Amino acid sequence: VSFSANVVHFARFLRRAGVPVGTGQVEDALRALELVDVTRRVDVFWALHCVFVTRHDQDDLFAHAFAAFWRDPAGSNDELASLRLPARGERDVVEPPRRVLEAWHRARRAARVDEGEATDSPGTASARELLRRRDFEQMSAAEIEQVRALLRRMRFPWRDRPTRRRVADPRGPKVDLRRTLQRSLRTGGEPIVLARRDRRWRPPPLVVLCDISGSMERYSRMVLHFLHALTNDRDRVEVFTFGTRLTRITRALRHRDVDVAFAELSGSVPDWGGGTRIGACLETFQRRWARRVLGGGAEVLLISDGLERSDDDGALERAVRRLAAAARRVIWLDPHLRWSGFRAETEGGRILARWIHEHRPVHDLASLEDLARALGERPRGPAPA
Amino acid sequence: MDLRSATDVMELLAGGQYVCARPLATALFLAIRLGRPLFLEGEPGVGKTEVAKVLAERLERRLIRLQCYEGLDASSALYEWNVARQLVQVRLAEAAHPGGGVDEAALERELYGERFLLERPLLAALRPQPGGAPVLLIDELDRTDEPFEAFLLELLSDFQVTIPELGTIRAPERPIVVLTSNRTREVHDALKRRCFYHWVDYPGHDQELAILGLRVPECDKRLARQVVAFVQALRRRDLFKAPGIAETLDWARALVTLGAGEVTEEAVADSLGVLLKYQDDLEAVGAAADLVAEARRA
Repeated sequence: VSFSANVVHFARFLRRAGVPVGTGQVEDALRALELVDVTRRVDVFWALHCVFVTRHDQDDLFAHAFAAFWRDPAGSNDELASLRLPARGERDVVEPPRRVLEAWHRARRAARVDEGEATDSPGTASARELLRRRDFEQMSAAEIEQVRALLRRMRFPWRDRPTRRRVADPRGPKVDLRRTLQRSLRTGGEPIVLARRDRRWRPPPLVVLCDISGSMERYSRMVLHFLHALTNDRDRVEVFTFGTRLTRITRALRHRDVDVAFAELSGSVPDWGGGTRIGACLETFQRRWARRVLGGGAEVLLISDGLERSDDDGALERAVRRLAAAARRVIWLDPHLRWSGFRAETEGGRILARWIHEHRPVHDLASLEDLARALGERPRGPAPA
Repeated sequence: MDLRSATDVMELLAGGQYVCARPLATALFLAIRLGRPLFLEGEPGVGKTEVAKVLAERLERRLIRLQCYEGLDASSALYEWNVARQLVQVRLAEAAHPGGGVDEAALERELYGERFLLERPLLAALRPQPGGAPVLLIDELDRTDEPFEAFLLELLSDFQVTIPELGTIRAPERPIVVLTSNRTREVHDALKRRCFYHWVDYPGHDQELAILGLRVPECDKRLARQVVAFVQALRRRDLFKAPGIAETLDWARALVTLGAGEVTEEAVADSLGVLLKYQDDLEAVGAAADLVAEARRA
């Protein structure tokens, strides 16, 4: 009796520790324990494991919880604090960096202070046009606010790709025999109307890798607004940030409310405004994510100024080359491209330029609109060799 | 055969030359006894598919395999009407009644009967098979798309399907279901919750040695020890794709074929491509002198 009560307790314990456990699974666990030798600790462990765990990354958490709980089922609450996974998974560090939060609040206060500087009346067309061409770096806080509002309403003309799935389509190229026969029964077994079908079309997956190091700070915030609009516009968008480490922020950006999304971001991105290690971060991406998110002809947006001073161990070159080979199209968005005649002079910039498919500016609203348009265009052939 | 414990499962599979670790055996045992699908995730080449094959063979059940791919739909996974035959049947009915007057209702009942139904793997798995309920292997589920996952949800919780023209078909006895994924994308939690889950890891040293002994008996003991030590050390390296058990077996066979009595730098240079399939990994490992030295100490 007490044993099954303990299983129920254990399930609750797991739930508090961040493993989602349903009541159905508890029933399964009880039935499973009837079948194994409960005096063998290892059997009990693996029986409960196969019932409660649904993802590989829960393995460690489960092992800790199991050890803690079955040592002391009653007093295990104290142990919880040391077990808790980051609530929204997929991040490299556990402790939320206070520094970032503070930095974030300071930025907001600053934004309120210099609101008086905006002189253009925002409603007029010429003001909007000016706004479109104004470099993000030179905007006042009020202007930034307007740009954000415009970005939020931005919609993207996706160029759909054919999938392998077929749907009914009266003008499709293939005859759907099954439906044709069904219809023919209405006309006395004579197939008069041919039912047709075509491939289903849907937008390709999009993976965004966004540089948030110090040199990109002003741009990357604006770009995050752009990405928020993008993520909520369609499915199959994955967004990562990188500075000194790679962080997946897709889940945070899914919040419709931009403020909620950003509040969550500030807590989960540890390396805001720090240094850059593009090569190392892209390698992490290759190893941990590329195979999971680059399937199905994905397009990649790489948002960075390419300011990697050197690439001594060839990590950046390797990573970029592999990225360009695995993705259908890699578009490098570069704020430095606003100065015409800019050549990718840094080592990092030269390497990026060698492998990516397209190089675009990203410093003002007009360039973001151009980008949105480009995403709807046909890709321009293979990468330069 | 009546399975009463995880040990029974281990013995059963050992008879089919599959060395099964206790955690996997426990998961399999519970999945079979409680009639739940078993979801196996893990790197390619750790024996996820193989376990289902050996299980079917040893239990003397039929193995029904559904290889997943993008765009897999009901007509290739579940059933399809044999439309060509149906059309011929319509013509025959007309020929039998030259002046018209075909009984349409009767014709329709006949056209949508079992005779014109083409069974695909999932439907076949719900039907009684010789030797008892079959083993259904849904392989590389991560290759399909979300709509197919949603479709599987219903099938895997009730083990029944409804064919509009024919009615509901329910499995008299639940098949043993094994799903595998290489995790090229995350499979939805709702589906995983209906299954028991197990992550199949690379085998430990002793387990890999045992597998090698069973599967490549022509490889002598000393070479086998060295091969396993080399591969285990290689997996600890920072590689894009670490070699699986399948690669270990291939490599051991390659070394035997090359006439290498033991692991030497020369033999490794000749055959490393069997273990590592990415150019970057081959470059990173290079001559592997330290790995060879480590292997030869084994």
